[in-house]
Amino acid sequence: MSLPEGDAQPRDDARKTADAVARRSYGKLVAFLAARTRDVAAAEDALSEAFASALADWPLKGCPENPEGWLLTVARRKVIDMYRGRRRHEIAGEQLRVLAEGLDDAATNAKIPDQRLALMFACGHPAIDAGVRAPLILQVVLGLDAKTIASAFLTSPAAMGKRLGRAKDKIRQAGIPFSVPERGELPGRLDTVLDAIYAAFTEGWTDPGGTDVARRDLTEEAMFLARLVTELLPTEPEALGLLALMLHAEARRHARRSRHGDYVPIAEQDPALWDSQMIDEAEALLRHASAVDSIGRYQLEGALQSAHVYRCRTGHANWAEVVQLYDALFALVGSPVVAINRALAIAEVHGASAALDAMQEAAADGRLAEYQPYWAARAELLAKTGAHAEARHAYEIAIGLERDASVRRFLQQRQSALAP
Amino acid sequence: MQYLLMIHAEEGGWNKLAKAEQEQGMAAYNAYTEALKKAGVLKSSNRLQPSSASTTVRVANGKPQVQDGPYVESREQIGGYYLIDVADLDAAISWASRCPGASHGVVEVRPTWSMPA
Repeated sequence: MSLPEGDAQPRDDARKTADAVARRSYGKLVAFLAARTRDVAAAEDALSEAFASALADWPLKGCPENPEGWLLTVARRKVIDMYRGRRRHEIAGEQLRVLAEGLDDAATNAKIPDQRLALMFACGHPAIDAGVRAPLILQVVLGLDAKTIASAFLTSPAAMGKRLGRAKDKIRQAGIPFSVPERGELPGRLDTVLDAIYAAFTEGWTDPGGTDVARRDLTEEAMFLARLVTELLPTEPEALGLLALMLHAEARRHARRSRHGDYVPIAEQDPALWDSQMIDEAEALLRHASAVDSIGRYQLEGALQSAHVYRCRTGHANWAEVVQLYDALFALVGSPVVAINRALAIAEVHGASAALDAMQEAAADGRLAEYQPYWAARAELLAKTGAHAEARHAYEIAIGLERDASVRRFLQQRQSALAP
Repeated sequence: MQYLLMIHAEEGGWNKLAKAEQEQGMAAYNAYTEALKKAGVLKSSNRLQPSSASTTVRVANGKPQVQDGPYVESREQIGGYYLIDVADLDAAISWASRCPGASHGVVEVRPTWSMPA
């Protein structure tokens, strides 16, 4: 469609309104559309057609008073048409009736019930392959396209599209419910949702320079999701802990790189560069969470961030406390990654040899052979014990495994600082 | 929605149990079946004869090829099934986790070919 010259303004307004609605309500609309049929793909298709109609319609007729309601009405008609058109034997007449029901109310009703949490629980369901839960939530709740998600998760758009499609089929075919689990089941089920959100965050975080736009966006989107969960479940301590953990990490983003783009480890960062507002919010969230008295992984990780910030700001060494927190975290998740960080804290209290001993057990885990932080930590500790030849070798492997050029440079500097 | 709960278990397991344990196992299955009936979700169920009683049939070049034994030779075989009608996967999982088979084997939860009503 081509509009006359003078009409650029209404077209811009229409796009702006549509973008704002997409940002604010995409997941809400998908959730509402898919909740009855469990057909996420159909809901997404209908919604994207509704957005296209809006961009054609609004510049001519003006933006509707209730854009969400307008989009929902159009999208629901499209879903009904889609089902009729395909003559799907699986879809019962009853379902079409349910879909059509209240169709006209939607346009006038300003309030669309927020079922995004239910949608997140469907996408993060344990019956969905764990690796696709985070991409699925990013796509279905936030409307990110498969290409953006694929680049963040280092796969091809085609492969990512296929995995997302399979997961949506599973939701529909297996009858995965769109509902918030019962009280008793909630903590366990919430964990899988929080893990997915955290996975989205860490994927974005592996680009601390923020040079890759898709990745930088992903940390923002993940924080948006974490915030959404805490708004909808304000008394779940682990949800609060996760948001606190993310805020702490995000608060130090700008301090992690020097002006020349070099990597700066936390101990050498300038606390004045940290975002104190984010840190304050994180601290408040952790206090709030601890009042519930139900400790969990994300609260512990948030508390560790908090301890690091306290030490760097005050110069008061709190390594014994840090080791305790890592002990608790290791007991809870038992991951080799935690064991490495725990060993580094032990080095501060009991020395590098004790830390190397502590890391020995974790080293038995085969996955660590390709894990850069393991080799970097090992190199650091070996250097401290004076085993320079071994340290040089460990740095070599760490450098070879790193994909961020500035971290590579940092490791190379450490390596060349070793005595010959 | 209807779900088929398939109990996969080690075939020889049952015969290795002492008599008292077998009785206990039977009682557990009876109680489970009773609970499903009481809840009004049971469509049908049965225990299967061992896979040594299985026969596989396929038609090749218009001729039925009949073979002794199960389709997949494996230590674990389907020993029984429950067909249940419940609201969604969570309800099906909840029933599957109560099935005694989930403790001595694995219960596979599979929806039948139909859409949610």
